[in-house]
Amino acid sequence: MPNTGTLIVGAGHAGAQAAAALRQFGYEKPITLLTEETDPPYERPPLSKDYLARDKTFDAILLRPATFWASKNITLTLGQRAVAIDAAGHALHTADGTAIAYETLIWAAGGHARRLACTGHHLTGIHTIRTRADVDLMQAELAHTETVAVIGGGYIGLEAAAVLRKLGKSVVVIEMQDRVLARVAGPALSRFYEEEHRLHGVTLLLNTAVECIEERDGRAAGVRLANGTIIAADMIVVGVGIIPAVGPLREAGAAGANGIDVDEHCRTSLPDIYAIGDCAAHINPYAPAGQRIRLESVQNANDQAATAAKSIIAAATGAPAPHYDAVPWFWSNQYDLRLQTIGLSTGYDDTVLRGDPAARSFSLIYLRAGQVIALDCVNATRDYVQGKPLVVNRRIIDKALLADTAIPLKTHG
Amino acid sequence: MPILTVTNLAGATRDVTASAHGSVMEAIRGAGFDELAALCGGCLSCATCHVIVHPDDFARLAPMSADENDLLDGSDERTPTSRLSCQIPFTEALSGLRVTIAKDG
Repeated sequence: MPNTGTLIVGAGHAGAQAAAALRQFGYEKPITLLTEETDPPYERPPLSKDYLARDKTFDAILLRPATFWASKNITLTLGQRAVAIDAAGHALHTADGTAIAYETLIWAAGGHARRLACTGHHLTGIHTIRTRADVDLMQAELAHTETVAVIGGGYIGLEAAAVLRKLGKSVVVIEMQDRVLARVAGPALSRFYEEEHRLHGVTLLLNTAVECIEERDGRAAGVRLANGTIIAADMIVVGVGIIPAVGPLREAGAAGANGIDVDEHCRTSLPDIYAIGDCAAHINPYAPAGQRIRLESVQNANDQAATAAKSIIAAATGAPAPHYDAVPWFWSNQYDLRLQTIGLSTGYDDTVLRGDPAARSFSLIYLRAGQVIALDCVNATRDYVQGKPLVVNRRIIDKALLADTAIPLKTHG
Repeated sequence: MPILTVTNLAGATRDVTASAHGSVMEAIRGAGFDELAALCGGCLSCATCHVIVHPDDFARLAPMSADENDLLDGSDERTPTSRLSCQIPFTEALSGLRVTIAKDG
């Protein structure tokens, strides 16, 4: 067995940052960063935006220069899939039969894009957007693609739709719910983005279920809807979320129903195994009390990585370990619209619209039991910045005052 | 290639060269400084590429946008010469620019 020290599985934002943070905070033992992908760590958000649009090269989205990992004495192991964990023996087994011993394991494997299960789901021409390889495959087909059907009206689907329109493709977005962004935002935000996409020429089909994928000459040729209509398409993009990649950890006995459960230090139920990022089900102080959630965002990946790194170092010295309590933030860029979100709107019971969506600069403020819990700010950076203390301090503010754009939000901080 | 002088959190200063096509953030990140988080990748959605520009160099930079100014307002570490490094295009004309990574950078 090659080495001990810390072994990190997954080299997305969470895994890469965990490795960098361990070194930054003074960890001196060996660190191995292992990923099934064949590229060094890169940013994922541009995959559905600048990288898809070819506005950024792959080198421009590397999280660190290629030489960084060796310079920090971090072993980068690419193209290796973790298949089993011997938790008692502190060893991880990879698909090629290698066993890697560890003292501490950080599971940061994220998730795999959820795929369709209907007839035709396996056909060529159906794409997901999760890895660089996914987007490179899409780009290879784009030159001879005129029509695209996007299944799923979440952030990934809508961002891809915006880029594809910019590239001159004809785009249909198919969403099962009665509005886009239904799981993550309030109706006012959904209606605004629906209108924007329609104005940019996207056809939106809401309340629309997919029956199957149509085939022609061995490739996907369109989407058959539950009502029998066929949407012809040269390319199909599926943006219906991720499935946490936690198989080996679950089989090793780690607790968790949706992802892997972690405590406030990002520790799993197994000894010396941490989990961070998209797959880590944690009690978030900004979610409804006691609710265990997974958060798929760069902020969460980065801040949980720092928590785990500090906790690992603290465990060695006996110092108190930090708690994960970072305020969630998120962004989405579509067309010339910059959405910035602070807080978590989960479980909101009221909203306040601040500003006029028709002016393309406004904020939707979410309340729970009167407290400000989140803001979705569209082209409204000032509200995003000034709204943060309101979320952090759970402020209760009169709705009319929140809605009044003549009063800066910092007045209420 | 233009030269950028970067001081890290520990106070160590190093000259780095970078292509004149990217931003100051990309120049710092590309040189392997691990303290600059630059979490949003340079799309003006966060303030984690915060740097403090040497006061004698500040006037060499183009004025900042209202959004950059607002994002910097959210930082407890803001100084009169604070900038978001992703918003500074790094050009030959800026060679010799001196920046210090901010604590929340």
